[in-house]
Amino acid sequence: MSDDDTPEEQPLGTLPLDAWHRGHGARMVPFAGYEMPIQYAGEHGGIVAEHEWTRQSASLFDVSHMGQLSISGENAAAELEKLVPGAVTSLGEGRMRYSLLLTEAGGIIDDLMITNAGAHIALVVNGAVKWDDIAHLREHLPDEITLTHYEDQALLALQGPKAAEVLDALVPGAGELTFMRARSFDWDGTPLWIARAGYTGEDGFEISVHADHAEKLADALTADDRVKPAGLGARDSLRLEAGLPLYGHDLTTEIDPVSAGLGFALSKKRRETGGWMGHQACAVKLGDGCASTRVGLLVEGRMPAREGAPVYAGDELVGKVTSGGFSPTLQRPIAMAYVGAEYAAEGAALEIEVRNKRLPAKVSPMPFVPHRYYRGS
Amino acid sequence: MPRYFTDEHEWIDVEGDSATIGITEYAQDQLGDIVFVELPTVGDEVEKGKEAAVVESVKAASDVYAPISGEVTEINAALEDEPGLVNSSPEDDGWFFRANVADKGELEGLMDEDAYKEFLANL
Repeated sequence: MSDDDTPEEQPLGTLPLDAWHRGHGARMVPFAGYEMPIQYAGEHGGIVAEHEWTRQSASLFDVSHMGQLSISGENAAAELEKLVPGAVTSLGEGRMRYSLLLTEAGGIIDDLMITNAGAHIALVVNGAVKWDDIAHLREHLPDEITLTHYEDQALLALQGPKAAEVLDALVPGAGELTFMRARSFDWDGTPLWIARAGYTGEDGFEISVHADHAEKLADALTADDRVKPAGLGARDSLRLEAGLPLYGHDLTTEIDPVSAGLGFALSKKRRETGGWMGHQACAVKLGDGCASTRVGLLVEGRMPAREGAPVYAGDELVGKVTSGGFSPTLQRPIAMAYVGAEYAAEGAALEIEVRNKRLPAKVSPMPFVPHRYYRGS
Repeated sequence: MPRYFTDEHEWIDVEGDSATIGITEYAQDQLGDIVFVELPTVGDEVEKGKEAAVVESVKAASDVYAPISGEVTEINAALEDEPGLVNSSPEDDGWFFRANVADKGELEGLMDEDAYKEFLANL
């Protein structure tokens, strides 16, 4: 027996909740330069159990590997707008927006969350590429703009249909936030920054807390029977079901936002006005269309198709799987792939090659499992 | 009936000329929730140390190697509908396949239960 994933040999960092995870029976694996929990032991542990618990109750994920940054200074929003395709200057205080860092050629350097936090603009970027993001931002932002990296902040995600009632009991008022809104809270003297957002397709929150208080918060959240810890394994299967792309797999510097189906992140007005890095390349794609595009695939049978598997239409190679696995909710394999635009129509019948076998697959709309975000009652 | 183990966490029971092969409790625990098992076909020749089956967990695909060379005589068809048997009963109901043992000399170098326990303790 051997695992196809060979961990990279490099010195690994530890996150603030490292000991907490180990104490809860986590299996730690290298990820994004850190040792991180992939799943937990015990009756409620395991990727499928953690996945299902998130869909029916609430799970606590440690996402402290992600980069928590801020930019501030005069015209910070306008300066950031030169580097992202989304509107930042018009973002109201406490509002969040999903956006992208792009190369001049339109390649995706990273996807990120931008929040107008009042005194500054907060950014949450992917852990694996945060140092590249910081270098990119520092290179292109004027010297007067201050870029801060909050390395001493942990980030905990509480996700699931019961997340709001749990968090509101602990931090009164948190449940009043709606999807993609954020603000600061005081939790018995501990400052928290809480955003109603996540990466599972469920309602939920991401909570930024100083590393010194992360264990206390994790303990308080999991003291509630409705909350159990969940690892990276469930996080990946949940985001796949939710149709959310994973940077480094479904999004890379070789892929532009139009091909990736992220046109919603290109603000309508800014598509016309331009003035952001990568605009020209994206405008060409928007005008002429893309050679290939990201699609969801429902795979027949039970054999999962993984990243890298070739996609065929008859004898013709038409694309490649970028993420794939078994959907615990749908009890069947699902995948994301880039396929030629002429094969991307909903319902198109394709085949994925796995170990010299052809698995029938149909182009399916995403999300595979409906999102359940809270947008207000 | 002696049971042998490999350092790749397969087990093999040998009875006369027939061997039954599966993966160990340790292996299933490491793999996590198994969602699919790709077995060889009856009549296939498997070769010691070469891929004979694939287990798919939610997370990843992993190869299972033949602990011994021989012709596959039977596969555990129950795994098709219930791959989770490998998690719940890896060293019994969750067996993978049976093969004719071509050369019993190939059993040399495999671990017995005590040796495998010691091997696990040192991982």
